Amino acid sequence: MSDYRVLPGPEHFLPPAAASMGIRLPNPGEAHINGVITSEEAAYEEAARQFLMAKVPTIFPGPLVLWAWNEKAAKKATAIRHLFNTLKECVQPGQKPMLIPMPDYRPKYPKINPEVEINPNHPNLTIWHNKIDCCIFVGVHCHQANLSLKIIRGGTSCYTIAMCAQAGHEDAMLSIRDTSVEKIMRLADTIKRLKGTVQPRLASAN
Amino acid sequence: MAEIKSVIGTQNKKGQTYTDTWKMMNEAPRTPSFFTGSEVIKEALRRASCDVMIAYPITPQSEAAALIGELFAEGYIGDYFRGESEFAVMSQCAGSAFGGARVFTTTAGPGTMRAMENFPMWAGARLPIQMIVTCRGINSPLSIQPDTLEIAYLLNTGMLVWHAETAQDFFDWILKGYMVSEEPDVHLPLALCCDGFFVTHTKDVVNLTPADMCLPPYDPYRSPVPCMDMECPPVRMMRDPFVMKSNYISYATHASWQQEIWAAVERSRKHSIHWLNGLIDTENTDADIVIVASGTAVSQGREAIRLLEDEGVRCGLVKVKTLRPWPEEEIREATKNAKHIFVPEFNVTGWLAKEIRASVPNHQRVHAGPHVCGGMTMPPEIIVSEIKTALGMKTFSLAGRGS
Repeated sequence: MSDYRVLPGPEHFLPPAAASMGIRLPNPGEAHINGVITSEEAAYEEAARQFLMAKVPTIFPGPLVLWAWNEKAAKKATAIRHLFNTLKECVQPGQKPMLIPMPDYRPKYPKINPEVEINPNHPNLTIWHNKIDCCIFVGVHCHQANLSLKIIRGGTSCYTIAMCAQAGHEDAMLSIRDTSVEKIMRLADTIKRLKGTVQPRLASAN
Repeated sequence: MAEIKSVIGTQNKKGQTYTDTWKMMNEAPRTPSFFTGSEVIKEALRRASCDVMIAYPITPQSEAAALIGELFAEGYIGDYFRGESEFAVMSQCAGSAFGGARVFTTTAGPGTMRAMENFPMWAGARLPIQMIVTCRGINSPLSIQPDTLEIAYLLNTGMLVWHAETAQDFFDWILKGYMVSEEPDVHLPLALCCDGFFVTHTKDVVNLTPADMCLPPYDPYRSPVPCMDMECPPVRMMRDPFVMKSNYISYATHASWQQEIWAAVERSRKHSIHWLNGLIDTENTDADIVIVASGTAVSQGREAIRLLEDEGVRCGLVKVKTLRPWPEEEIREATKNAKHIFVPEFNVTGWLAKEIRASVPNHQRVHAGPHVCGGMTMPPEIIVSEIKTALGMKTFSLAGRGS
């Protein structure tokens, strides 16, 4: 097993892909935290804890759930809205949950508006501008998610979580695979259960 | 996967049953058949639920390409046509894969080289196209004979590269190859190579799966990038590339993109081990002498080992099945006891020996040879002679074959 750990950055001018450092994706029914395979239950607990600790916990929904291209996508979008509402109910004063979409993957020059969107080609701009210290990717195509997660790890100290509909993401600090409506709701339930038990960080991390 | 699982057990228009691939490959009855490698490619494609095959003639893959045309006429392939050149074929393969099709093509030698620009593009665009490479000479003066030099050029494209030893490997790996390369965490093209003529034009007994079973269809909605969308990467970036934007962000994005391609090659390791039962096969690796080879050089190595046993020299064998992903840890483990590692190859540069030297400790143990190239055969006796010479044993000249 690799000694490498997937940790918040800033890691390097050009951080390596975690897979090239020997980090392996979880099998069905498993998750990973910092590149170490763990149970899904432990991952839900840690994801909820990280969200409740963060000063600016942020959900980044991608095109796969932003557009109602099939019934499942529409249901996932509703679940993500529920997750965001739950987060807002459970944080303490001073914490600022955000929901910022990744509507598409087009490179946008000279720059995006980081107030309203995140782009996989320069995700660090949105992280820096909003002082986001914990984020979750959901509904982003796997290649684009890994692109973003690596750039975020390279240049920011943001804690990254990826809920993937496929095999998961080793470039996130925490990843749950085979994401369904039920799994999104389960994360919301875990946040609700841990409400008031986690002390938020006072200083922003950037 | 719910959508794909739901078609298992149903029938396609030819009456073939979409079958769980693991059951089809490992549990279904097999029928021994006496076929050429080219015919085996056709039989694998019959069972592959392939949407598009694009052909262009170049020896020694032309026969396989033509036979797949027959499959199209029989209704087993969704679409089949000839491109204007190998470059055109590979570009058309990309277009088909962008559109969500399971794509297959075949090429060889100069055709591989002519189309080379497309291969990093396929990998960068995460297109799980399967390309058979029936290796032959690539340099002037012209040779159509077996030579594996073109594989060296494929190793750094970002494609998966496997090297089949036999027609049986070919049959199984064509079908299993789609299972690996279409995994969403991999989703890369596969160059499935063999040594031209030695495999394509010789007959062998190959155990075939039932013809009324076929792979489940490709599900493009599991792709890690969107299907064809002119405004989204990767298509957008091919016409509006990062290199046109001179700023740190665009360079960093492109760097991260490249890393992701090679991360996907790494992720294929787990799936390749699952489907191929390991990235290498080994025999007697506790011996002081180990032959490490890929393709038909494995067969010649195996015969050399038999000849050496007759003379009381014990020798192990490592068959390298996948070149990308590269089985570095497996080769290091398999050769840890070896005092001498011999790497017979059908090419002039010895690219496999270079890879092995870069992977094992005490690389002076690696003997890069024997080499043949340009279409020469590799008699097992020259492997025996190379080993005996290195061991300080008396050997005889093979210059006149039997002198």
